[in-house]
Amino acid sequence: MTEAGEREERPNEPIPGDGEQPMSTAGREGEASAEFSGKTKKASLDALEVQAKEIIARYPQPRSALLPLLHLLQAEEGYVSPDGIEFAAEQLQLTTAEVAGVVTFYTMYKRRPVGDYHVGVCTNTLCAVMGGDAIFATLKEHLGVGNDETTDDGAVTLEHIECNAACDFAPVVMVNWEFFDNQTPESAKDLVDRLRSGNPPAPSRGAQHLCTWKEASRVLAGFSDGRATEGANAGPATLVGLTIAKERGWSAPEPAAKRAAASEDTEGRDGRQ
Amino acid sequence: MTTDLLTPVLTAHWDEPDSYTMAAYKRHGGYEALPTALGMHQDAVMQLVKASGLRGRGGAGFPTGLKWGFIPQGDGKPHYLVVNADESEPGTCKDVPIMLANPHVLIEGAIIASYAIRATHAFIYVRGEVLHAIRRLQHAVDEAYEAGYLGRNILGSGFDLELVVHAGAGAYICGEETALLDSLEGRRGQPRLRPPFPAVAGLYAAPTVVNNVESIASVPSIVVNGPDWFAAMGTEKSAGFGFFSLSGHINRPGQYEAPLGITLRQLIDLAGGVRSGHELKFWTPGGSSTPILTAEHLDVPLDFEAVGAAGSLLGTRALQIFDDTTCIVRAVLRWTEFYAHESCGKCTPCREGTYWLVQILDRLERGEGKADELDQLLDISDNILGRAFCALGDGAVAPITSSIEYFRDEYLAHLNRGRCPFDAAASTLFAAPAQQTPEGLAPDAPGSPAAETPGAETPPEPTAGPGSASDD
Repeated sequence: MTEAGEREERPNEPIPGDGEQPMSTAGREGEASAEFSGKTKKASLDALEVQAKEIIARYPQPRSALLPLLHLLQAEEGYVSPDGIEFAAEQLQLTTAEVAGVVTFYTMYKRRPVGDYHVGVCTNTLCAVMGGDAIFATLKEHLGVGNDETTDDGAVTLEHIECNAACDFAPVVMVNWEFFDNQTPESAKDLVDRLRSGNPPAPSRGAQHLCTWKEASRVLAGFSDGRATEGANAGPATLVGLTIAKERGWSAPEPAAKRAAASEDTEGRDGRQ
Repeated sequence: MTTDLLTPVLTAHWDEPDSYTMAAYKRHGGYEALPTALGMHQDAVMQLVKASGLRGRGGAGFPTGLKWGFIPQGDGKPHYLVVNADESEPGTCKDVPIMLANPHVLIEGAIIASYAIRATHAFIYVRGEVLHAIRRLQHAVDEAYEAGYLGRNILGSGFDLELVVHAGAGAYICGEETALLDSLEGRRGQPRLRPPFPAVAGLYAAPTVVNNVESIASVPSIVVNGPDWFAAMGTEKSAGFGFFSLSGHINRPGQYEAPLGITLRQLIDLAGGVRSGHELKFWTPGGSSTPILTAEHLDVPLDFEAVGAAGSLLGTRALQIFDDTTCIVRAVLRWTEFYAHESCGKCTPCREGTYWLVQILDRLERGEGKADELDQLLDISDNILGRAFCALGDGAVAPITSSIEYFRDEYLAHLNRGRCPFDAAASTLFAAPAQQTPEGLAPDAPGSPAAETPGAETPPEPTAGPGSASDD
């Protein structure tokens, strides 16, 4: 979605969608917020209008489009800016206060630029006990950032997150909301090092290649990136019950209709023989 | 009729790597329930689900068919089905695997449910933090439109349905059904006063059914195999199969699909036992909002009635297992911080109460509190329980009151020693095996002189509480 004109003005900004490109140099956040303003930015948001209308059309009432619209803004800017709030308000005939009230309620909406990779360490009780606290402490030290802060190279934003529905794979680390299961402090350090060197590893249960924060946000806004069929259908823990059941020959009972049909079948065959 | 200990239904074909595709689902009878249901009268579909005894799998256990039956018919208003896929209750990890491994069973269930309640617009409200599950859902919905299972005149039945996958944005409270509806309307996700219930005034003030992912995903199998088949599993009042999600200090954590009424002892046995060298200390039957239980409750049948009688709730069958290396105060503090963070701020008891609970627990955990602050915790909890706007407040106090009931001595041990007597490193997945470090304590860990540690010396005995009178 990056406009050509915008690229010219911001030569250091990696092209969204080009995950292979090395990360830009330090100070990007500051540069971005300084440059990403005024008419250029307005123009880039105006270009979003087509997709905004597409989102609004999905719903019986326009205001329902607000959450996906805010994801779309993050796909464009990496966060929800004051201009973004104005854009959303205009699209939905709301006041900026109404939109801002929603933005500030939900933790996934960021009000400062996020790095290319948002690293979320689960520190809810179960993951914390299983090692999430140690992982988070290790990453803070290793990256030299605190909670909700971004590394100087703009590559990684670190945040501790709440339960992400993968407790059977604890401790869990999410990168751009993809699962990295059964992490240790060492594996997590390796993970962020690879993110910073532009060589991200594949998630445990997710797409083959990690996309950027902005690309992930576009999927959340409801626009497919064509990667649904990548990656595993299930992780090892997902399948333990099934595996044990198969080993022991256990199954749900046969429905009565099928039992009857099966016995008729057998009788029929027996008869023919 | 006796059934096997494990009864894979939804998971039955997940060992096939393409299980999330429409082709794989159809290979195993997928979308065969749909023509059957569409060939029945709407009320007959509703009746069938009622007869099966299916109860909501999102935690509350309300009978699904009955919920559908509350939708007023012939009222001239649009009706809506909203699938609650905002799985966020700490410990709960069953709906995301369903959506990753077989989104089509959810979609088929949603079409059948929409038909039964006469809805022509349905939504799957999925938490935003599970990108690949969202991709799989979007892809499956596209496939279903292409195949004519969604859209206009589905399978020539004259029934129309639009299905939208809607990603949330990070708010535990949106798992509460009325907060979810406000969120879906583009607002802050704060619960609504009930009545009116969503069945009367839900999404856009129109009659709406909100059902959990696992509930809706169970519907196609009930339609195909019949209500008696479903009711043959489980117990009389807690019919059918369900996911039991084991996590924590257990040798084989994961998903176990079993009839309701299985016990934790049976599940732990299947899972290869608690982490070697350690013993079960406490567990949650259905997420952090359900009061904790201990080893004395290993034989409680995991159904709605028996877990309730044991002083807790079946909830989402999110069985978080903690062994004797885990500090109860640390665990409860962390959960309480979660509830304080996730409190939507609408009502005073929850907003203010959870804030003060964190302050006190934080002091206690550091060994800086006072003994009478335990009573203060219970007093604040008593002022939240039943007085908060929604169930989040009740959930917030569940770990506190239940842990003080069973582990009061361990709270006091923090005060007596002036610090937490546990070594957090011993609880981790990457801790040295217990046999090398007797009693599960790393020898070089801070404060690990074994004699000082409850994990090493005599652990504080659980305080006698209701139900603990049994000889255990």
